[in-house]
Amino acid sequence: MLTVNAIRRTFNPGTPNEVRALQGVTLTIPTASFVVVIGTNGSGKSTLLNALAGTFLVDEGRIIIDGTDVTRWPEHRRASLIGRVFQNPFSGTAPNMTIAENLVLAARRGQPRGLGWALKRTARQEMRDRISRLRLGLEDRLDNAIGSLSGGQRQALTLLMASWLRPTLLLLDEHTAALDPRSADHVIRLSEEIISRDKLTALMVTHSMQQASNLGDRLIMMHRGAILHDFTGAEKRRLRPPDLLARFESVRRAELLDESAAEMLRRAYA
Amino acid sequence: MTLLIGALTIGLILSLLALGVFISFRVFEFPDITADGSITLGAAVAAVLLVHHVHPVVATLAAACAGGIAGTLTGVIHTRFGINKLLSGILVMTALYSTNLHVMGKSNVPLLDVRSLATLAEGALTSVTGAGTTLYIVDWNVAVRDAATLVASFVAAVLVGIALYLFFRTNLGTAMQASGDNPQMIRALGVNVENMIVLGLAVSNALIALSGALLAQYQGFADVQMGIGMVVWGLASIIIGEALVGVRQLGFIIAGAVMGSVLFRLLVAIALRAGLDPNDLKLVTAVFVFCALILPGFLKRLTGPRPASR
Repeated sequence: MLTVNAIRRTFNPGTPNEVRALQGVTLTIPTASFVVVIGTNGSGKSTLLNALAGTFLVDEGRIIIDGTDVTRWPEHRRASLIGRVFQNPFSGTAPNMTIAENLVLAARRGQPRGLGWALKRTARQEMRDRISRLRLGLEDRLDNAIGSLSGGQRQALTLLMASWLRPTLLLLDEHTAALDPRSADHVIRLSEEIISRDKLTALMVTHSMQQASNLGDRLIMMHRGAILHDFTGAEKRRLRPPDLLARFESVRRAELLDESAAEMLRRAYA
Repeated sequence: MTLLIGALTIGLILSLLALGVFISFRVFEFPDITADGSITLGAAVAAVLLVHHVHPVVATLAAACAGGIAGTLTGVIHTRFGINKLLSGILVMTALYSTNLHVMGKSNVPLLDVRSLATLAEGALTSVTGAGTTLYIVDWNVAVRDAATLVASFVAAVLVGIALYLFFRTNLGTAMQASGDNPQMIRALGVNVENMIVLGLAVSNALIALSGALLAQYQGFADVQMGIGMVVWGLASIIIGEALVGVRQLGFIIAGAVMGSVLFRLLVAIALRAGLDPNDLKLVTAVFVFCALILPGFLKRLTGPRPASR
């Protein structure tokens, strides 16, 4: 279970570039729940995931994963609980190392790494088995460098790596946004398979309304660093892309209204 | 013949320098100038201990440890205090210059009549062959000392190369490689990248100091100036090695760095024999490394359209 309690984060405070990226996000996600996060650009969705992963520490609030307070933990320490897939397909794998080496690195996520032999011969069969489930034909290319793979293949592999050891929390940050439609579709299907098979607790950020309505058992819509809507259960199942677009539209209108009202006030009182 | 054996021996000794530079430059893309100071540090520490009759093996290992500390300093200055990579190395290198003078007590420590790895190797070879001071190999007369140091350097280069290869095959070693290859990814897999950089630089400079210790024992003195330009020499060896093997596989790269170092020393020996002014050696080396660095991109532009960026 993930508990996020009133976390805040402001970037470049006190400068003209000040961004209040998270303004008091509170969220409780029960175990084995698959949450989809949507929102406008700059709404703080990716920032929320980065805050959970520990890319930066929050200014206020607490983050508790399965009863462990990780609020002050650095990123590499949180890795023992969290598996991640990034938006950029190049971010999740080491390009100059082989597929097998990358998998070996993932197989020790969050564990101490000593002088034990990394690539044990006995581990190769398990690698072949698990990589064949990606249905990409990579099981015969374990010794190829990652650099020779396509973005879609890398992203599928990153997904496998993030879930190699069962993560307490799986974070997917727009992990199909940079892929062509077919690869994106395949990676989404794999994500769904892995999450439901291993009963993972997962947060997925997406820009695709189709994915947002089809996937997950809960949907969170963020705006300006806070949670605007939180749909669960039957309400989530009923949501269709047009409904979501309508919500975005109303946000946009409220925004315009805010600004025109402010402008009116400025004129009236200037 | 003596010239050839000398070039081979120095090439093998400096291949340890090349392997150290390989770790900083190629694994971490960290242009670590500390090398210029730590190779001298290794020579200084070993020389002073040998003069005080410490066992050569102990003296050599102590030299490597001193280099490891120097590398650790550079790594800590960069990772904990956020100082630019190049500047971190320059700071430690500069500080090492004074340190080396203090260690040696003067600018040059001769090792003429002390027991060193070179004399140990000579003794071992003499007892094996039972020969006098010269060996008759094929058609040449070779001084036993030269033959012994050549064999010893070869053994040292091979052992260190194998040890380094095995290290990069361990869990720790693969994590270190990945820290250089994609820090974001390996951090997400639970590795403290900053610690890896410190460890990597420590190993790198330990190898470089080891190289310095062996060099001092081979040439019979340690000198405070001996480190100048060594980073570029190491880099030249790696570039030659990569051109020789052409494969980007760890084992080949390591073997290539050793071969590159030897070939580089041979080229230097030939150039000097052909009349190159020794004063121009570092200038020529720098120009060579510059050309080797820009050549691949230049050739690519000549041979065809630029491939799509990855």
